Amino acid sequence: MAVGADLKLDVAALRADFPILGQEINGKPLAYLDSAVTAQKPRQMLEAMTRFYETSYANVHRGVYSLAERATEAFEGAREKVTRLVNAPSSRELIFTRNATESLNLVAYAWGLTNLGPGDGVVVTELEHHSNFVPWQYVARRTGADFRMIPLTGSGELDLDALDGIAAQGDVKVVATNLVSNALGTVNPVERLAEWAHEQGAIAVVDAAQAAPHRVIDVQALGCDFLAFSAHKLCGPSGVGALWGRRALLEAMEPFNLGGHMIKKVQFEQTTWGDLPHKFEAGTSPIAEAVGFGAAVDYITGVGLEAIEQHEHELVSYALERLAEVPGIVLYGPSPERRAGIVSFNMDGVHPHDVAQVLDWEGVAIRAGHHCCQPLMQRLGVAATNRASFYLYTLPEEIDRLAEGLLRVRKVFG
Amino acid sequence: MDDLYREVILDHYKNPRGHGVIEDADASAEGVNPLCGDEVAIYVAFEEDGETIEEVKFSGRGCAISQAATSMLTEMVQGRTADEVGRLSKDELLEEVGIPNMSPIRIKCALLGLGVLKVALHRAKGTPLPEEWAGLDEEFQVR
Repeated sequence: MAVGADLKLDVAALRADFPILGQEINGKPLAYLDSAVTAQKPRQMLEAMTRFYETSYANVHRGVYSLAERATEAFEGAREKVTRLVNAPSSRELIFTRNATESLNLVAYAWGLTNLGPGDGVVVTELEHHSNFVPWQYVARRTGADFRMIPLTGSGELDLDALDGIAAQGDVKVVATNLVSNALGTVNPVERLAEWAHEQGAIAVVDAAQAAPHRVIDVQALGCDFLAFSAHKLCGPSGVGALWGRRALLEAMEPFNLGGHMIKKVQFEQTTWGDLPHKFEAGTSPIAEAVGFGAAVDYITGVGLEAIEQHEHELVSYALERLAEVPGIVLYGPSPERRAGIVSFNMDGVHPHDVAQVLDWEGVAIRAGHHCCQPLMQRLGVAATNRASFYLYTLPEEIDRLAEGLLRVRKVFG
Repeated sequence: MDDLYREVILDHYKNPRGHGVIEDADASAEGVNPLCGDEVAIYVAFEEDGETIEEVKFSGRGCAISQAATSMLTEMVQGRTADEVGRLSKDELLEEVGIPNMSPIRIKCALLGLGVLKVALHRAKGTPLPEEWAGLDEEFQVR
């Protein structure tokens, strides 16, 4: 593997694993700086999925024939890998879903609708992605619970001084937060929030979609109750995600989707639910996608999550430096030591769509928009921002091209 | 590629015509493009006949394409009747904007102002909202 003793990634060697990165866009080499929305795929993961389809594909947990057994073994093997990625105590607590959004909806519906009532406090943060905001807002409205918000400080970090005031409003039952903000890159103090949630008698629900690809995650050290993430942001395929939850909570919960596979016994009078994790995996699972998820976990852990985190830390520090040199750039979010590989910015007088459009001429792909964080945009007083985000295959030269592209934007818009 | 930001577009973006608000407008509406959060509010004043558009103004924020296209639109529709503008096609505006091969996402940017204007006229004068525009008031969350 292309990692030295000092955790330095050999990015050039790693890039050879990603066929898509070799192409040109508008006559320029592609600089893919949008990994926060989805990561590109290494050949190893693609080959694992193809191999599975070509040699071992069948439905899982159903057939008695050899091929079905082989498929089940690969599927459950992937579950073990994903379980180890977040250091969950048991793979029975690891549920395959469609994506992180579905994982969070599962908790909001299956736990929230049963356990929330009028006057209960549902607490989210101003930094949330819509996926950990809208389900809670909706379930709070359905149950008559009170929807509350942890505000941000001026530097884009959670204002923990507000916690006492939120607790004083009574009966906090849910604290939902992301570990890393997809819009600003802020790394949030989840251990502290989980501890506070438990002091209130609340559950702590963590959206780790933006964290799991980039840093070591240990659900036991975080102390949270649920953790959601997806495969496609960590070099895996789209269409599969994961939810880890504490066994006692999962066992006490109602099911989310109903149908085949999630049952123990179905009679005319009533149906009993299957054991974990099957109770939450109705219907045919994303089987090959789960196998790809496992292969992606192998890939990123093989590269080394500490090394990935350090690489992105260096990139983000460099990017903040380079972008500050461009006239009229406004940077959002915390200082590099408390931030993951994400840089959100605006150019004075130029709309993000126009910035991203001109950068595309240079082959530089960044995101422009509200990043599914409209409450945050409202808080920042902007309609949208530009966002560049990095991964294990990102080169410092691509950040140079971003900075040079921004100078061209400046030139076009004068 | 540079057609997208050619001189005339940038000129309309930097010096928008008809930028502002008409107090006591005869017709008005506001819309948002949920894709990018761009906002446009349109105000219309009619001449004494109550049909001919005397003035159109707009306010809001958005990308160069949405702002320039709306600026061009205010010039295009002045002196026309509500009914004529109700029948104005997307292509007529896009031709005026003059950007060949615009991507579907950017076409939406260019049409935001016209969509909002059509809704404003529809509400004030009952001008038709043809099939191709029906639903646009929802899509652009027109208020």
